[in-house]
Amino acid sequence: MGSVLTVKNINVYYGAIHAIKGISFDVNKGEIVTLIGANGAGKSTTLHTISGLLRSKTGDIEFLGSSIARTPAHKIVSLGISHVPEGRRIFQGLTVEDNLQMGAFVTKPDRIARNLEYVYEQFPRLKERAKQVAGTLSGGEQQMLAMGRGLMSDPRLLMLDEPSMGLAPILVDQIFEIIHNLHKAGTTILLVEQNAQMALSIADRAYVLETGKIALEGSAEELMGNEQVQKAYLGE
Amino acid sequence: MADKIKKSINAKRLKGAVRNNQYRKEAIISYGILVIGFILLQLGASAGLIGRNLQGQFVPICVYMSLAIALNLVVGLSGELSLGHAGFMAIGVFTGIIVTRILESSVTADWLRLIIALIASAVVTSIAGFIIGIPILGLRGDYLAIVTLAFGEIVRNLMNVLYFGLDKNGKLHFAFNHTIEEVDTSGRIITGAIGATGVHKTASFASATLLTAFTLFVVLNLKNSKQGRAIMSIRDNRIAGESIGLNVRKYKLMAFVMSAALAGMAGCMFGQNYSTMAPAKFNVNTSVLILVFVVLGGIGNIWGGMIAAALLTVLPEALRQFADYRMLTYAIVLIVVMICTYNPAIKARISGIVKKLKPKKKKHGKDKTGKEAA
Repeated sequence: MGSVLTVKNINVYYGAIHAIKGISFDVNKGEIVTLIGANGAGKSTTLHTISGLLRSKTGDIEFLGSSIARTPAHKIVSLGISHVPEGRRIFQGLTVEDNLQMGAFVTKPDRIARNLEYVYEQFPRLKERAKQVAGTLSGGEQQMLAMGRGLMSDPRLLMLDEPSMGLAPILVDQIFEIIHNLHKAGTTILLVEQNAQMALSIADRAYVLETGKIALEGSAEELMGNEQVQKAYLGE
Repeated sequence: MADKIKKSINAKRLKGAVRNNQYRKEAIISYGILVIGFILLQLGASAGLIGRNLQGQFVPICVYMSLAIALNLVVGLSGELSLGHAGFMAIGVFTGIIVTRILESSVTADWLRLIIALIASAVVTSIAGFIIGIPILGLRGDYLAIVTLAFGEIVRNLMNVLYFGLDKNGKLHFAFNHTIEEVDTSGRIITGAIGATGVHKTASFASATLLTAFTLFVVLNLKNSKQGRAIMSIRDNRIAGESIGLNVRKYKLMAFVMSAALAGMAGCMFGQNYSTMAPAKFNVNTSVLILVFVVLGGIGNIWGGMIAAALLTVLPEALRQFADYRMLTYAIVLIVVMICTYNPAIKARISGIVKKLKPKKKKHGKDKTGKEAA
């Protein structure tokens, strides 16, 4: 159970705003690790920094033992980090299958058919809608598509940014069930969520972010039982 | 399981066929327009049906078609606005003129000189496109449009003060803002704001058509390639493009540089069609005109842009009878066509009128037949 991702003391700025203040954490192989926290705590910023869209001024990010802190974003995808961005950024005008094929842009051609099969296995709904134009899918289906597309590039680490955003509770349950299944199938997942309850229910470990710092960390059960977390994020 | 995979592969093949069909349809229409247009105009000219004035427009029509196709690469495929294509055109024009003049004594065949000039223009403009593209392609939308507009103006102003000559020993001289003393008048290729004079024309309708076909070939193939799909996916959703591992900057630059090179080649052909060529021609108006072709033809619609380019090039000639009101009429035609094509409300009304007219015609026809029967 080696470490897949190690983030060491990163500091990220938006101009003069100090958004991430010295965060360190790691994700081990086969784990679901979740970053939870309120709006503006820096969860999405952390993911953007890992995938190379933003740069940290200090520290280092290691992926499978080598530093990716200076690697350009498009190369990070081919290294094996797949980022499913917030708000389901799918190609609205393409069909479901074309969207998935676009996800395989950096994938070796001989693996594409197999990956497509795997995605359809995990998301039977997408298979039903393969020929449908993606913009006409429901919110939940679009989220599934974004996740499926993320899986097409053979990721060693799947980063999900707010997969439950704007979805009805029943769909949130479905999405989390799928995440749970992906985990069981061996995918390593870094999950960013506002819905702390759901995130903690499927995660192995969790980090609580508050205004750009890690306030708490521990196993998901531990945090679920933590009074502070219950008060602040679980509404109990 | 194996069955499943087989099915999905079959489905994939089917979808590939669909995509190929779309591509083929676009290619057939585009090449068809070019070939049929060429044959009709050629026949019309040899039969004496087409006037001398209009015959003089044959090469410009092809050039503007190429420019419309080239700009569609930036505006249609890459989704960015460029108002500087007259600049690339101008670079192509003067590169072409200089190259053909230098080679005049050594390469006697006109067509070979033209080809070398075209290649040189493509190289020079793609370098220009690359140099200008690197700093500006981080900009988007209106901002990029303004910067490219400024680029076009810079090129025109540089050309305005550029002096270029070939002295008796075959040595090249160039200077900005003053005439070159070492070169006598016969060796002067470009003289500032007057531009190039005494150009030995090497362009012909056939070669211009071939250039348009080449431009079409490059753009259609790019559109249907992995790179083309990458460019279009960045246009559709930049964040999604980044998240699937596309190098956004690289693909944007690729579209921009290719478009610049093709515009430079079209410019080269344009310059080879006239004996004199002044830099004042390549101002913002020309850039806007090329953009108008693309927008009028439907952004991203390659053959639409070709038709628009042809019609709008011929139109000023055809409107010659309006004399002083020629450009006014031209503008009004443009406004009316734009409104009728792209205003949804008016479009609906027009199709409503067309529908009303159609059954009337049928009725009329019936009456006729009825009368005949009676």
